[in-house]
Amino acid sequence: MNVITPTENKWIGARTVRPDGADKVTGRAAYAADTTMPGMIWGKVLRSPHAHAIIKSIDTSKAEALPGVKAVVTAKDIVDFPVDKSVMLGIQDMRWMCRNVMAREKALFHGHPIAAVAATTEATAAEACKLIEVEYEVLPHVIEIEDAIKPDAPILHDFLKHEGKPSNIAGTMVAKLGDIEQGFAEADVVIERTFRTRPVHQGYIEPQACTVSYAPDGRATIWSSSQGQFMVRAMTSLLTGVPQSNIRAIPAEIGGGFGAKTIIYLEPVALLLSKKSGRPVKMVMSRDEVMRATGPTSGSFSTVKIGAKKDGTIVAAQGTFYLQAGCLPGSPLRGPVGCSFAPYAIPHVLSVGYDVVSNRSKVAAYRAPGAPLGAYATECVLDELAEKLGIDPLELRHRNSAKTGMKAAYGATFNQVTFEETIEAIQNHEHYKSPLEKNPRPGIKRGRGVASGFWYNAGGESSAQVNLTEDGNVVVTTGHPDVGGSRASIANVTAELLGVEHDRVSVIIGDTASIGFSNLTGGSRVTFASAMVVTQSVEKVIGQLKERAAKIWKIDPEAVIYENGACRPAGPNAGQFPPLALKDLAAKANETGGPIGAGVQLNTQGADPGFATHVVDVEVDVDLGIVRVLRYTAAQDVGRALHPSYVEGQIQGGVVQGIGWALSEEYLYDRQGRLDNANFLDYRMPVCSDVPMIEAVVLEIPNPRHPQGVKGVGEAPIVPPLAAIANAVYDALGRRFYSLPMSPPKVTEVMDMKLAAE
Amino acid sequence: MAKVHVTTTINGEPTEFLCEPQQSLLDALRNNLGLTGTKEGCGTGDCGACSITLDGRLTCSCLVLAVEADGHSIGTIEGMAQGDKLHPLQRKFLEMAALQCGICTPGVLIAARALLEKNPNPTETEVRFGLAGNLCRCTGYDKIVRAVMDTAAEMRETAS
Repeated sequence: MNVITPTENKWIGARTVRPDGADKVTGRAAYAADTTMPGMIWGKVLRSPHAHAIIKSIDTSKAEALPGVKAVVTAKDIVDFPVDKSVMLGIQDMRWMCRNVMAREKALFHGHPIAAVAATTEATAAEACKLIEVEYEVLPHVIEIEDAIKPDAPILHDFLKHEGKPSNIAGTMVAKLGDIEQGFAEADVVIERTFRTRPVHQGYIEPQACTVSYAPDGRATIWSSSQGQFMVRAMTSLLTGVPQSNIRAIPAEIGGGFGAKTIIYLEPVALLLSKKSGRPVKMVMSRDEVMRATGPTSGSFSTVKIGAKKDGTIVAAQGTFYLQAGCLPGSPLRGPVGCSFAPYAIPHVLSVGYDVVSNRSKVAAYRAPGAPLGAYATECVLDELAEKLGIDPLELRHRNSAKTGMKAAYGATFNQVTFEETIEAIQNHEHYKSPLEKNPRPGIKRGRGVASGFWYNAGGESSAQVNLTEDGNVVVTTGHPDVGGSRASIANVTAELLGVEHDRVSVIIGDTASIGFSNLTGGSRVTFASAMVVTQSVEKVIGQLKERAAKIWKIDPEAVIYENGACRPAGPNAGQFPPLALKDLAAKANETGGPIGAGVQLNTQGADPGFATHVVDVEVDVDLGIVRVLRYTAAQDVGRALHPSYVEGQIQGGVVQGIGWALSEEYLYDRQGRLDNANFLDYRMPVCSDVPMIEAVVLEIPNPRHPQGVKGVGEAPIVPPLAAIANAVYDALGRRFYSLPMSPPKVTEVMDMKLAAE
Repeated sequence: MAKVHVTTTINGEPTEFLCEPQQSLLDALRNNLGLTGTKEGCGTGDCGACSITLDGRLTCSCLVLAVEADGHSIGTIEGMAQGDKLHPLQRKFLEMAALQCGICTPGVLIAARALLEKNPNPTETEVRFGLAGNLCRCTGYDKIVRAVMDTAAEMRETAS
């Protein structure tokens, strides 16, 4: 593949206006909750009032008798996947998905769906839910990891066994390299610390929503907000028994997902309600339902131990990561187990993850799933190690950077490691070099911290179709919901390769019936993978254009070249003909052989991992315990920025989510196992006045295995902030925080303890 | 319960509608009037996705009953552009990539317009506090703040 070098480009790297932009600034863009259908009715979910209870009986007769009620659905209507046989769809096990969408044997968390009603109005559906009579046998519940792994803990699932006994430990994952005991024996300095993080929600502003119309011929149309219309189709098919060919899933504009919309909650329920009622059914979650019953990502309880020689050479690293799965198995163990030590060349590594169930909502993916909590532990221990060894923390990282060709503990051999470049970018940045006034005012202390991060990135299945219109313009269709500007990048690539003006290219997202299979928007894969399939489709279109020109000129297609948007004879020997522009050839398409267009469907390969290094300055109000981020700089290798604004946007957005995770966001449960802060007032995400500008230092070291050199961008930026901020708070206060969030009550508590000790 | 007749002006157009007494203005705008540009993110006045102006004042439409709009003037995102001419804020948001998923964008634009009407020359801090009622989970706010400040500078220049 030819890698395009930056200097030759007109559109790749240009800050163009996104194709979906005007719709989004004028309120035209249609999100899932904006869809309506003639005759549409409303669905509502009845949720468990208990954190853990056996469902003894459900009587829906009174609800069904309420005027206006058209259908009621319970777990009996959802396809059952018995617990003894795993059925996988991607990384999701349908045994757990069917029990997550609707409680089956037991209610496993406060808010677990028990039944659903469709009625002529939303209010009637909600009223009918209250008329459903459920007999529960309430069981003891367990919320925290430390409690769930105690020998006498209430067991959620008898069929889950650990070391031969029923257990809440649902699974383990191990990554190792070398001999960990030998490694620590070689170390001069060893630091071991234990860390805790709380579950945090993805916090997308658009609640889950869908409209489903099931027609009498057995065909269903789904409009919904997701990170993958093909996932919606497949999962809904599995949970309802309707074949995939009879389901058309239309991707609405998605109002944020960050991983959480890689699974579904409402679609199969709405389909079954539509089937029973004969009416299109719309379901929209409230914010309370979103917080209580979707996502979040795992809270964690981790121990990290790192050993180094006096000269700073790291010789051994061990991590033990307990992650909250929520009520059904599926913690993102791969994040902390694989990513935590991956940026470093460490000969002896042992990384073990435990998937722990408890009576909380089942976790869903969240931006670099699991990697931030692992990096929080690892990068804080590295900070202590650097201090103990008297080495600059960035220098310690630089000395121990993994190298191209090395094998990581998680199994992969790196094709290209660009970690050192991200460290150097921060070392050389004015931010890192500038002095920081540590005690600007009485009661105010400032500190600076650094941390790094790693994310795998991904390739996988993608499809594209590139068609020329009769008037000589270009329409590109891909199969990926656009969460952050991927259409803008694809428009740039297409205009560049075809040599046409940017405004002649339209990019749309196809539904499951109009474009080939495309895997989820996730894993930082979409721009990488879709640029690859779009490039190959465009190459085919250019091949067709050359054939058409050759036909018109009556010369060999091999004697035609395509440049700057037109076919030309390859040289004087090919003949003397004026160039034929794309527009001319599109106009003559019918007489030269028919419509011009091509598609490519591919399992894309060649994704290289993402590396990031961040520096942050914080200010702490010692009396009030408020930590404020003053300045933030994030360096990352992105391969090639097809659209620099949206690359920066990914980095800035990921950092601010990390700031929330570090300082203010957490799930809080009461003694009955009910989520206490299921709203945006008490679940405190960063608002505009909480944060400074986020400087994104975009490094472009092309990925040699991608036609434009692209690497994934979206996930690595959320990996370093937790530790970077914790290290900065230490620099300010001289106190390490081993649990997140570093919220005012926790900061004041730690400072009071410090005062008492002094 | 009998529906209530409400007479309002929406984006300059005299508008009448029927609503349930308990319906929020947000619900009526979206479901009775088809004005779905105004979004629901929380329903509790915490996210600002439903921002509108009520007699020129920035308001969360989820916190207002539809019947309370009677006799008042409402401004929504659908009325921000004049015909095919985008408001300077809308144009600047596109040029400066101040949106990603776009779900918070209508509310942010309405809030930003309200801010600039009161304060045509805001500092960065004033912009940040002016938009503190509008949650955005995608952008980290950086490009939003820059776009609002750039628009303010451009509008001051045009006005002078």
